[in-house]
Amino acid sequence: MSLAQSVLAGDRLSLARLLTRVENDTPEGRAGLDELFAHTGKAHLIGVTGSPGTGKSSLVNQLALHFRKQEKRVAIVAVDPSSPFSGGAVLGDRVRMRDLAGDAGIFIRSMATRGSLGGLAQATAGMVQVLDAAGFQVILIETVGAGQAEVDIARLAHTTLVVEVPGLGDDIQAIKAGILEIADILVVNKADRPGADSTERALKSMLELAHPAARIFLHHGGPPSPPIFEAQNGGEKVEWIPPIRRTVATDGSGLAELLEAIQAHVEHLQRSGDWARRERTRLEVEFDLLVQQMLMARFRAGHSEDRLEQMLDAIQERRFSPREALDKLMEENR
Amino acid sequence: MTEHKIRVLVAKPGLDGHDRGAKVVARALRDAGMEVIYTGLRQTPEMIAEAALQEDVDVVGLSILSGAHMALVPRVLDLLKANGQGQVRVFIGGIIPDEDTPKLKEMGVSAIYGPGAPTEKIIADIHATVTDAG
Repeated sequence: MSLAQSVLAGDRLSLARLLTRVENDTPEGRAGLDELFAHTGKAHLIGVTGSPGTGKSSLVNQLALHFRKQEKRVAIVAVDPSSPFSGGAVLGDRVRMRDLAGDAGIFIRSMATRGSLGGLAQATAGMVQVLDAAGFQVILIETVGAGQAEVDIARLAHTTLVVEVPGLGDDIQAIKAGILEIADILVVNKADRPGADSTERALKSMLELAHPAARIFLHHGGPPSPPIFEAQNGGEKVEWIPPIRRTVATDGSGLAELLEAIQAHVEHLQRSGDWARRERTRLEVEFDLLVQQMLMARFRAGHSEDRLEQMLDAIQERRFSPREALDKLMEENR
Repeated sequence: MTEHKIRVLVAKPGLDGHDRGAKVVARALRDAGMEVIYTGLRQTPEMIAEAALQEDVDVVGLSILSGAHMALVPRVLDLLKANGQGQVRVFIGGIIPDEDTPKLKEMGVSAIYGPGAPTEKIIADIHATVTDAG
């Protein structure tokens, strides 16, 4: 029986081992992904991102507990950064997830970024596919503590939660491009702390700026269809306005409301056709990445190490620009 | 293909609440290029074995200062074996009386480190055993 078959049969050790092989991008890992691919596409992928210390791990812990009450099998992929110097990492997200121990309906896997900069590791998507094929209905993906531009999670997940806490930044942070834009649901965690009101207000005003129709909706109580909006969205489609939910992840307050918002988002994705659209975008990104890797490998195979070094010398001595050097190499390869 | 990273679970079984030593070791292993999964305090042997399985680690490091090692360590070793992870190397750090050392080694513990053990030694030992295991 192949590793992939044992994973489908529900063997947890095989699952853990296949995840390692996928993470290390070994031939066995690649074969496993190919074998399992037909079984993927069923899980609801939920991304949880936000700055370091906002309580992502504790929130994931609570979300997992609540999904377990609905009898759903839950996998968690928790990403922490690798050291840029040693390549090592300390992965500490499990510390906040001790409530989940001893439950066979839960599988937690920690991973290091291994040099990726977008808040996830390169292998995260592959590992999520393995867990999806293994029959986990909800997969919670916790990114590294992300600052402003680590937005890869929005390409991977169906639903992206951006976690904020009171006391971080003001309303000018809230209108910058980047992480807040990718939120499907905004969470103000540690909402028992002072300043939760003003954080929620800043987020709300950001949303109003970003969604002109939403503001009218909120202030006048009915969904108007301004012409611009209609044109952009093809008429009958409903726009999703990211709701803001307050939580205290350490005691579970607000979690029921957050879960309702997540459920509402799933229904929205299915109704609007966005579920399939997001899926397609994700597969396209994944495919592009494979093409890049393959072309890179082919390019390297087509030129000797010495020739590439020579060209680098020429570039460093300013005899060619990088693009000229590439043109020359491509011609030689022909 | 990327290189195989050594993955180490650093765990605190039992009831003592002192994890400074565990954190120092975790940090040193990180600086040696390993991926260290830290579990936090007060873990049962069952929790440790479960984490070792889910994380598919090469090495489990147990930090025990409570004196309960003769109860906790065999339980962890048994659970690892029962889960099909008999190949995982187990290292212990903490306060372990000399007379217990041979018994623990006989049970299958790879190495035991007392207070003041140089982290370089731990790193070298891990490299040696994990390479042995292939």
